[in-house]
Amino acid sequence: MAAREIEAAQAIVEFRDLVVRYAESTALHSVTHSVERGRWLGLIGANGAGKTSLLKALARLVPFEGIIYVEGRSTLELSRREFAQLVAYVPQKPEFPPEMRAIDYVALGRLPHLGYFGAEGPNDRAQSLDLLNRLSLGAMATRHLSTMSGGELQRLVLARALAQDAPVLLLDEPTSALDLGRRVEALELVDELRIERGLTVVSAMHDLTLAAQFADELALLSGGEIVATGTAEEVLQEGSLDFHFGTRVQILRTDDGELIVVPRRTKPKGPHG
Amino acid sequence: MSTERRVKTAQLATSAISPRVPLLVAGIGLVVVILISTAVGPANLSIPTVAGILLSHVPLLHFHSGASAIDHAIVWDIQLPRVILGGIVGAMLAAGGASYQGVFRNALADPYLLGIAAGAGLGATIVIVASSGSTTWLPAAAFVGGAVAVTLTYIVGAKFGGRSSGNSVVLAGVAVAALFTAVQTSLLQQHAPDLQSVYSWILGSLASATWSNVWLIAPYAVVSATVLLTHRRLLDVLRLGEEEAASLGVNTRRVRLIVVAAATLGTAAAVSVSGLIGFVGIIVPHMVRLTTNASYRVVMPVSIVGGAAFLILADMVAHTIESPAEVPLGVVTAIVGAPFFIFVLRSRRAQQGVL
Repeated sequence: MAAREIEAAQAIVEFRDLVVRYAESTALHSVTHSVERGRWLGLIGANGAGKTSLLKALARLVPFEGIIYVEGRSTLELSRREFAQLVAYVPQKPEFPPEMRAIDYVALGRLPHLGYFGAEGPNDRAQSLDLLNRLSLGAMATRHLSTMSGGELQRLVLARALAQDAPVLLLDEPTSALDLGRRVEALELVDELRIERGLTVVSAMHDLTLAAQFADELALLSGGEIVATGTAEEVLQEGSLDFHFGTRVQILRTDDGELIVVPRRTKPKGPHG
Repeated sequence: MSTERRVKTAQLATSAISPRVPLLVAGIGLVVVILISTAVGPANLSIPTVAGILLSHVPLLHFHSGASAIDHAIVWDIQLPRVILGGIVGAMLAAGGASYQGVFRNALADPYLLGIAAGAGLGATIVIVASSGSTTWLPAAAFVGGAVAVTLTYIVGAKFGGRSSGNSVVLAGVAVAALFTAVQTSLLQQHAPDLQSVYSWILGSLASATWSNVWLIAPYAVVSATVLLTHRRLLDVLRLGEEEAASLGVNTRRVRLIVVAAATLGTAAAVSVSGLIGFVGIIVPHMVRLTTNASYRVVMPVSIVGGAAFLILADMVAHTIESPAEVPLGVVTAIVGAPFFIFVLRSRRAQQGVL
């Protein structure tokens, strides 16, 4: 038990022998890993490799076998509210009720801190407004969600997740809906907030170059297993990526040492291409 | 942006969503409608007379109205029960509609689309046919029929369409309604003499309202309204979608079940005494959304008060427009409601399939 507590003090999220089965298939075959407090773990892998299933198991949204510890406690022992105070989750495609106002949307994040019938107080509203200001959305507090752009909504959903005041933030492809510039902006924001608030981030990431630049550690998933973990240098290897993504990948290095992952076409250009 | 304006935005933003102003407006509307519709009738009383008679019944006030005993009896024993019953029925139908729309995330969900009308109709038909025209057990049978139909709709829709799919529940409602209506039709065909009494109930009416009707459904109405009002914030969370609501610590399954049960209790009680009055559950909540705020913190309380005012008004139209004859109340609400339904269908929100 003592060893368990010491370990938990460093690893804020830990999962062991995690299996996720759906009716027709097994999405995750016994994966084990842990994330230290304040670090950013990037999950990479081809479509269907198990990134989303892993995130959903961590978010307690799908049934799983094995065990997940957050802050040293098995997540299955926590009440829904306790769990929501520890872990915030942003899905790949969040729903934005068009007629809801930005501030009210963010304030919904305070829910785990309120009683079943309780209403949010002035403090909850003020905190939500502070978050909007922090994410440069303060002037839009009373706007309806239907009038906001994709980039604004992306920041808004982050604000809602942060309003939960949870130490662990799970993000499923947080930038898939954004253009190139907004992508970097959103990830930089997550990084700033992570450092500011000491958050631990686990995110599924499509763009390997950005994953290499932002995550402290990468976990490469393939066929429902974690096949490699480590720094970007260690995980992003041409041969391994070729194999697990089923394509040809080239890894370049910039002058300041950043890795750039470029997919290459596998068949030669046609005569009219 | 000037400092002053920024402060104002901040105040606006930090003030919690409050139904105070729309609730006040709806409440004043309700009082006015109650006074007018209690006064309107064959006796043609003045509004001050009616107000005086009502005030004389307020305990501890010791107000003496000075109205004649006949006027007093007309107001208290004939007009008022009808108005109050109409108010309760309207409040329940509107709250039920708002709740179903939230739970099934479908702008057109309504107690009647989910099969409650067909279920209550079948229950009423069985009683009328079995007891050859007696209506003693009609409210109870309509109540049970409506509740059974909604339960069936919910189970079928949730089982085969996934929990979050509002469309599958509405489709299940259509199927359940078709089944119940078919059984009802075949029953009626075998018992043609009862057609008249069944149809007069189906078309909806408050004409035979009594205080005992009021006391019969009041407990259900109070329970239903209390549960729905206390869940108004959770209904807002359901608008986020299944996974996000769950990740905020909400047991979405339980919230849905509680809200559906409470809404069904209220609407089934309403239907049992009033017959079938359609469209209230669509018109009222959408009017509230269009004129105020789409948050359930506003929609639920204002729909309850507004639904009461709306149905009292509709009933007044029903029994004055062709006086002394009565137009069925369900016909009045349908004439207003059908175009409104199309309007909602056309609106952007319905096209997006969300609320």
